[in-house]
Amino acid sequence: MVDAQSTNQSILVVGGGMSGLTAALEAAEAGYEVVLIEKNPYLGGRVAQMYHYFPKLCPPNCGLEINFRRMKQSSKIRFFSMAELAGVSGQEGDYDVTVKVSPRYVNEKCTCCGKCAEVCDAEIDDPFNYGMDRIKAAYLPHEFAFPMRYVLDSSIVGTEEGKKCRDACEYGAIDLDMKESTFDLKVGSIVWAAGWTPYDATKIEYYGFGEYKNVITNVMMERLASPNGPTGGKILRPSDGKEVKNVAFIQCAGSRDENYLPYCSGICCLASLKQATYLREQYPDCDATIFFIDIRALDRLEDFYTKVQEDEKVTFIKSKIANITENEESLDLLVEGEDTRTGGQIRMTFDLVVLATGMVPNKMEFEPSPEVSYDEYGFLSYDPEKAGIYGAGCVRRPTDVASCVQDATAAALKAIQSIARR
Amino acid sequence: MDKKTAVYICTGCGIGDALDIEKLSGIATDDYSIPVCKDHPFLCGPEGVDLIKKDMEEEGINTVIIAACSLRVNYDVFDFGSDKIVERVNLREQVAWSHEPGNEDTQMLGEDNLRMGCVKAKDTQLPVPFKADEAYSKDILIVGGGVAGLTAALETAKAGYQAVLVEKEEKLGGFMSKMKSLVTLPYKELSETGIDDLVKSVEDNPKIKVYTGSSVEKVGGGPGLFSVEIKSNGNVNSEKVGAVVQATGWVPYDANKLDHLGYGKFKDVITNVEMEEMAAAGKITRPSDGKEVKNVLFVQCAGSRDPEHLPYCSSVCCLVSLKQAAYVKEQNPEAVNYVLYKDIRTVGQAEDFYRKGQNDGDIFIRGTVSDVGEAGGKLYVEADDELLGEKVKVEELDLVVLAVGMVPAAKPEVTPRIKAPADTEGADEEGMIEVLPDSGFFATSALHLDYRQGPELPTLKYGFPDSHFICFPYETRRTGIYAAGCVRKPMETARAIDDAAGAAMKAIQCAEATAQGIAVHPRAGDMSFPEFAMQRCTQCKRCTEECPFGAINEDEKANPLPSPTRCRRCGVCMGACPERIISFKNYSVGMIGNMIKAIEVPEEDEEKPRVLALVCENDAYPALDMAGIKKMKWSPYIRFIPVRCLGSVNLVWVADAMSRGIDGILLLGCRHGDDYQCHFIKGSELAETRLSKVSETLDRLALESDRVRYVEVSITDYDKIPGMLDEFMETIEEVGPNPYKGW
Repeated sequence: MVDAQSTNQSILVVGGGMSGLTAALEAAEAGYEVVLIEKNPYLGGRVAQMYHYFPKLCPPNCGLEINFRRMKQSSKIRFFSMAELAGVSGQEGDYDVTVKVSPRYVNEKCTCCGKCAEVCDAEIDDPFNYGMDRIKAAYLPHEFAFPMRYVLDSSIVGTEEGKKCRDACEYGAIDLDMKESTFDLKVGSIVWAAGWTPYDATKIEYYGFGEYKNVITNVMMERLASPNGPTGGKILRPSDGKEVKNVAFIQCAGSRDENYLPYCSGICCLASLKQATYLREQYPDCDATIFFIDIRALDRLEDFYTKVQEDEKVTFIKSKIANITENEESLDLLVEGEDTRTGGQIRMTFDLVVLATGMVPNKMEFEPSPEVSYDEYGFLSYDPEKAGIYGAGCVRRPTDVASCVQDATAAALKAIQSIARR
Repeated sequence: MDKKTAVYICTGCGIGDALDIEKLSGIATDDYSIPVCKDHPFLCGPEGVDLIKKDMEEEGINTVIIAACSLRVNYDVFDFGSDKIVERVNLREQVAWSHEPGNEDTQMLGEDNLRMGCVKAKDTQLPVPFKADEAYSKDILIVGGGVAGLTAALETAKAGYQAVLVEKEEKLGGFMSKMKSLVTLPYKELSETGIDDLVKSVEDNPKIKVYTGSSVEKVGGGPGLFSVEIKSNGNVNSEKVGAVVQATGWVPYDANKLDHLGYGKFKDVITNVEMEEMAAAGKITRPSDGKEVKNVLFVQCAGSRDPEHLPYCSSVCCLVSLKQAAYVKEQNPEAVNYVLYKDIRTVGQAEDFYRKGQNDGDIFIRGTVSDVGEAGGKLYVEADDELLGEKVKVEELDLVVLAVGMVPAAKPEVTPRIKAPADTEGADEEGMIEVLPDSGFFATSALHLDYRQGPELPTLKYGFPDSHFICFPYETRRTGIYAAGCVRKPMETARAIDDAAGAAMKAIQCAEATAQGIAVHPRAGDMSFPEFAMQRCTQCKRCTEECPFGAINEDEKANPLPSPTRCRRCGVCMGACPERIISFKNYSVGMIGNMIKAIEVPEEDEEKPRVLALVCENDAYPALDMAGIKKMKWSPYIRFIPVRCLGSVNLVWVADAMSRGIDGILLLGCRHGDDYQCHFIKGSELAETRLSKVSETLDRLALESDRVRYVEVSITDYDKIPGMLDEFMETIEEVGPNPYKGW
């Protein structure tokens, strides 16, 4: 199915988020052949799920749109969505890789007219919104999805629903017989930009995530604030859909803790500062309390911290919160801990708690896997002795978007060098 | 090119239900005499595309107008090669999906869109890439021979390109050669700096030409064609390079300004830089008497995160103090380190090194210094301990180390002043005014650019020539010149090394793209470039002043001297030119003017107002598409024309529209101001400023200034767009019809 001819002069980029897109575009715009693969049905990765960036409070889709334009005009990049790296063998300058493509059940004839979704009655949890709402099982992942093409969830394939969708399509775009497939590529170097997964907050049992509906994570908060999120951009309590009046942000939820994630994820402080501004914009009377160990706003991001501190409805308390309990009637949350500054006990009630959870790097988990080094936390480390495969972005270190792009640009050069060395 | 044009109308996705296709075809065949006009129920399908291809082969069609979905989709399906002109007319997202099907107004909208497409296809030409007369260079100039500059040079060479490295000191290595040890990934232990090896590999590399004890005296030309003069040992050497990396590093914040921390007052109060140099030289001792040190206190954020000194955080000082505390322990395991801090900022895996400091027994006190003094030959520091909520006094200190921050080497000690234009607010008696960091005249000398808009890279407010964009940290306002390392922003060594490789990548890419005559970011690959009909130039200097990238110099008679390889193809010059002498092959004042003139304006008694909306193609246009995809509805009286940047909007279009009887004009563009989102820096701001001038003119013509409006739209504002548009339509209804209608 795939016309994926490539040579050992090509670069494979794994991951179509901000890092992968950047690595692919930078190399392609310097004249190199690139194959980009992305696991999701759309490119853009985690940033596509964010409402705004800190500190400018601007929409990530703006930069993504530019990157997609760059991609559209480049004849050097070929990309595959719903595609994953399934095996790598060989060495620098001469890799054989296997790519696995999952069935989308929708082919390139899709015009995005939406007829399939109109007739579809089956629903699934929306993966784009971290399962906070339900969508049709024939769906466009989100409005800005690139490529702009529907997806049929595998749960309705082989059912009457699936057939209904297929029959509704005027363009013959739904193919219920699609199967998982693989194809092989020859490439000279590989950029691993597979990104990160939010730390599983259910592991921090004393915070009750997964049990208490009004305890959410920072990535979920982004969806709640987004106009294309589950609540149309209104920040509402998940339990009852009520407006919020008093919200807690718990920093280092699992991070900087040897029982969970020993490292600092670098971005959670700023993410919470930013999310506090979302709240304050929507609810002039809403209080926000940020419980922190250290506020880590590097370089000129300090200005953003200063700005948020000026808001008297945002309170900062230095404390590592020890426990959260839910009031069974109101579903409000009692937050307990020690105020490290005063030594006093904290017992405060909130109607929503946001856990600032950290980033877990995505590793290469397939066979055969190439020889690469990871640090003890699973971040890919650069070993000049093992050139040819380069990490880019959050697979190397937890960091913000600008640093990921910077890192991915560097990775593009490394990948080019592997080809130039031949 | 001899055009043979055809129109293809897609009737799928609801277009055929919304519009009378036969009538629509009549516009093309009758009004515009385009001989071939076909419709197809599924134009983007294999059959539809074959239909077009067949006509190309058999009929020699080379210009096609695709009246179907938005240009944002099916771009690949309707790509017929670089020798074909393809114009897309949006009948789906912005017509069929956002307006009542079968309605007269919807039909008129579709027809106008097609008219504009036909005119555009007629006026547009295939761009021919710019080719300079002289040969292009792909060599990279790197200014600064510290760790960032050395890395940039080496990475450039490893990719197969030649590098020219210029360092002002006699020796390469920069600050790193003064360092004892490094703390870097994986942040477990101290490691060697490795700087000597790095210097050696640069010096030994045949692809790198090194100038030490040298400075860049002049950079003229543009990407691919930079002519560089390097002063070295009294000689001036010339080099020709394709792109430039500025890695001029940082200087420590001047501790003499920190007398409240005892610096200058007590010999044993030193800076982290002095501490590093002392450690590297051999032994850490008390400067006052050369004796052993046992108790050391580090004052974090000495002058940093302080509005009186450096408001920003220098990112590295926490890690540096932890490292230096480790030196102290290494020298004397019995020694005690105190760290007085606001927040410990060891991000990522560097947290491990903080943990090491805690495990090694370093004592961390969260608070601020209230007093530094001397008693019995030892220092003491008094602080407000935030954790204990009381004052603490740490006594018997041998050494106090001030963790001072980084100031970019680009930042001048005194803000420069330049001659201001007459009547400028804030000018002194001599007519001089402080230059803004934002301009090319602020930063200290490093590059000496021969640019009308200043000799150095514009910087952000603290003097760092960093990008303003989160998504594009290597965005630069001087094409082909990229900042790297600590001059760009404060960063630790591991990041400076990555940053240098990134900047080298951008430099190489710019040199490659320039050699092909194509644009770099954000209009990467664009082959068009502005052409100047110089015989009509009136030397007004607007284009030279307003070009966001300094692409246009002036001669002594104020004639513009365009450097096409510096150009980013935004069209701001085209928007600025009152004589309309600047145009691109596929984008010109005349072309958009003709599109506006193609809009049919109904007579006043038909009560169908018309509004022209000029929209930023990167943000506002996609937002409109999104509103369409969401099947939102808005007024069918508005005609949208996407523009490269609102800064390219020429005011004559407003006049064109008004004289045609169009009732209102809307400009939809990006946020401007401190957190601007315009990817051409000031495009949207310029547009709003220019529009305010039009308002004055309109008032003079007895035309209400309410008829023109600038509206800020971000790409995710699609949910607000229908409301914005409807609100403007209400204003137009109130103002009433344009009196010039029917003239």
